[in-house]
Amino acid sequence: MALLTVRNLSLGYDSRLIIEGLNFYVNAGDYLCIVGENGSGKTTLMKTLLHLQEPVSGKILIGDGLKKNEIGYLPQQTDIQKDFPASVKEIVLSGCQGRCGFRPFYCREDKQNARNNMERMGITEIAGRCYRELSGGQQQRVLLARALCATKKILLLDEPVSGLDPKVTAEMYRLIKDLNHEGITIIMISHDIGAAVRYASHILHVGTDLFYGTRDEYVKSNVGKCFLMQRKGGGE
Amino acid sequence: MLGKLFLYMQYPFVQYALIVGMLIALCSSLLGVTLVLKRFSFIGDGLSHVAFGVMAIAGVLKMTNDMMLIIPVTILSAIILLRTGRNTMIKGDAAIAMISVGALAFGYLIMNVFSTSANLSGDVCSTLFGSTSILTLTKKEVLLCTVLSIMVVIIFILYYNKIFAVTFDEKFSKATGVNADRYNLLIAIMISIIIVLAMNLVGSLLISALVIFPAISAMHLFRSFKTVTICSATISMICAFLGMVISILAGTPVGSTVVAVNALAFMICYLLGFITGGSRK
Repeated sequence: MALLTVRNLSLGYDSRLIIEGLNFYVNAGDYLCIVGENGSGKTTLMKTLLHLQEPVSGKILIGDGLKKNEIGYLPQQTDIQKDFPASVKEIVLSGCQGRCGFRPFYCREDKQNARNNMERMGITEIAGRCYRELSGGQQQRVLLARALCATKKILLLDEPVSGLDPKVTAEMYRLIKDLNHEGITIIMISHDIGAAVRYASHILHVGTDLFYGTRDEYVKSNVGKCFLMQRKGGGE
Repeated sequence: MLGKLFLYMQYPFVQYALIVGMLIALCSSLLGVTLVLKRFSFIGDGLSHVAFGVMAIAGVLKMTNDMMLIIPVTILSAIILLRTGRNTMIKGDAAIAMISVGALAFGYLIMNVFSTSANLSGDVCSTLFGSTSILTLTKKEVLLCTVLSIMVVIIFILYYNKIFAVTFDEKFSKATGVNADRYNLLIAIMISIIIVLAMNLVGSLLISALVIFPAISAMHLFRSFKTVTICSATISMICAFLGMVISILAGTPVGSTVVAVNALAFMICYLLGFITGGSRK
């Protein structure tokens, strides 16, 4: 069974439906990019996948023994975080919180887990630094390390490269690609259609036309051709 | 001067005041960091006005132990206020303003209409600004304050990591299986208890100062959540102690003196932070 199966899902606020009749599935090891125009419901879809929001109708089934507290998430930065006094170590460690339950303090495994993930993201040297003083790229690495503390299986990313310069953006994509090669399933919202067709194994296009398929199918499909043309014409 | 201080220190009511005052300062500063970071600085103010309104009702009903009414009602308002942050019927700040001024107005109205006291404006002034109520605590009240504040400190320590996670990123916490709503509720309950206790020390108008000043001061000096929390607690306790001692020696009102010392500490921290570069960015 697939890691994540979405059946006939409808999303929206109040009475207004944004997405209707959505069907797709994500297998372990997939790299799925969710693309579409602004306001097409990408973020709403992700929130629903994370159970932060209830769907209007339809079902999200999780399989392969994936538990609710085994999902990693890289949200977009909030205003609160911009002047938050917290060290890198504190933030990464907080990713282990989901597994703590009622246990008040972090155990040795949690701390080791945090150290490993900081190592993996190459931020061990800045573990003691204050989060708000880091560059945008470093901040994303910190949040990615935190997300990895929460999961070994699946990672949901909400526009991980927004606001980063081209060089750091490329590094970020490489990092995510490497994680995918290590066996972590990736679901990513992206504005950057170029990168989406370059890295993803599957593409989900939301908007007036829905499309779900592998990358090659998408590039050949009408929806995909249209969207790619449009983005290139718009001087991406 | 010192002789006078030692003389005063021998009175039990002064000892009680110092103990209770410092415990309250400790509790308020611990949660202050979270409230300031969550952009809830004004919640303390709003809740204290609610507490004032309830206190007026308790006074009219001639309740012997008014805390038993004030604490539950304040907790209830705190829960309502934290909930409105998400439901967008009334925006958070407007909801706080409405509840707080409403409670203030009704409280004063009730006191005015039903009061049997000869010195009404004195009563109102002392509930609003604390005046000397910390020095007139009975043994039972001292015990209640001590037990409640120690409870708040223990709960804060036990839930410290969860409070940090929820404060830093509520969405991430929820998505990864942390019951963020439960901890927000916990924060609301703790802050209500602290507000009611702090009314004894600084009166209901000045409570937010106890919550905000130490946290902001500490943020200018330190850069990790743990050090900021510890520093905030230390600053707050020192300021409360100094403020109370000064007010006893100089005969000034306790609440405003404590707040003035806190404001002074903030300015010192700001300058220190500026010199060491901590305040930049």
